[in-house]
Amino acid sequence: MTIHAPAKPDTRTRPAPRGPLSAEILELLADDTQDAAGLADRAADAVDRAADIARDDDVQVSLFLLYALHYGSLADLPVAREWDLDLLGARRVLESAFEAQLRAEIEIPDAPEPTADAVARLLFSMTAPSPGPSLARYVAKTASVEQLREFLMHRSIYTLREADPHSWAIPRLTGRPKAALVEIQFDEYGSGDAGRAHAGIFAQTMRGAGLDDTYGAYLDVVPAVTLASLNMMSMFGLNRRLRGAIVGHLAAFEMTSSIPNKQYGDGFRRAGFDSDVTWYFDEHVEADAVHEQIAGRDLAGALAEDEPDLLPDILFGAAACLTVDGWAGDHILHAWQEGRSALRRSR
Amino acid sequence: MTTPETTITPYPDGPLIVRGDVVFRNEAGEEIRQPRRTAALCRCGVSAIKPWCDGTHKLIGFTTSPEPPDARE
Repeated sequence: MTIHAPAKPDTRTRPAPRGPLSAEILELLADDTQDAAGLADRAADAVDRAADIARDDDVQVSLFLLYALHYGSLADLPVAREWDLDLLGARRVLESAFEAQLRAEIEIPDAPEPTADAVARLLFSMTAPSPGPSLARYVAKTASVEQLREFLMHRSIYTLREADPHSWAIPRLTGRPKAALVEIQFDEYGSGDAGRAHAGIFAQTMRGAGLDDTYGAYLDVVPAVTLASLNMMSMFGLNRRLRGAIVGHLAAFEMTSSIPNKQYGDGFRRAGFDSDVTWYFDEHVEADAVHEQIAGRDLAGALAEDEPDLLPDILFGAAACLTVDGWAGDHILHAWQEGRSALRRSR
Repeated sequence: MTTPETTITPYPDGPLIVRGDVVFRNEAGEEIRQPRRTAALCRCGVSAIKPWCDGTHKLIGFTTSPEPPDARE
């Protein structure tokens, strides 16, 4: 039996295609009876055309759509396509090229002894706050209201689904690392109060800034590298082989959150936004000062003790978080410093 | 069923992590609302949101090593 998509699927938040592969995937999502045979070959062609996988629009929109099938993050995605072997085969081709690029470009430090203390200390040293220009400082001191709104649009791609990519890792861990991840995620999802879930608090921030909090509303205005940041998390989370990388990613993400979020909150206060808008940032100053300790020692550190073979990937995931989020942040900062919008085109 | 323990754990070069049922009070004796199940108490003295940690210890070179005297032999 074939389960067909709704007669009139809600496709208002489908991104526009950015090349032949993403165009074909959008057609396959709109019509789940269309034959997808050979999609992996077309994915390989897209990889061949891409000079830089992390910044290639067609590849990153395609990956985003293929992962969206697993999250159910866009309206009316046909359920049958989630486990369609042709789409999975295409995803594997894209992931393989994406991971190869990340491993080639990202430097990781030498692994310490696989003890929780040594691993936590190295992760804190990798993520130590650095002086100099940064997106967070620009937001705190300089950004205009329009730039603050652009910042939220970029952030919405991950943050309206905050914590979900790392939750894929829960059943893939055991013992202490699993308990530590759940301790963090429980807080991310509101500690039993849906009204405190971080993704929902961010949605309130967007509405307070006059933006649309529908997931995917700003897909078309963000660059490929912003999608790459989320796609990398999805790849690390959805491949059990890469569970070390998703753990390292979360540790680095939490360790680079409290201090920048203080600056983001200061920037929105400076621009006159009230606590409905700034609650999200203030919440993260406090929450992530807790999470970074748990993530460094009890999650990443304990995982390295339990499965020392994963230590190189824990460090890879942490370095990948810093590098790719650095690329995405620099894209915004450089555009603003040159007096341009950081969006792909003005809305 | 046993009542879960309340624990306070020092994290190296960082805050005290408090887990379990606990009532936090300010200097006036009033309860401070803390909806988080796991809380981090400032140990370096420079947090802007005391009693909670805000990560600022990382900016001032705060260190807890060598360990305090009562942890030595």
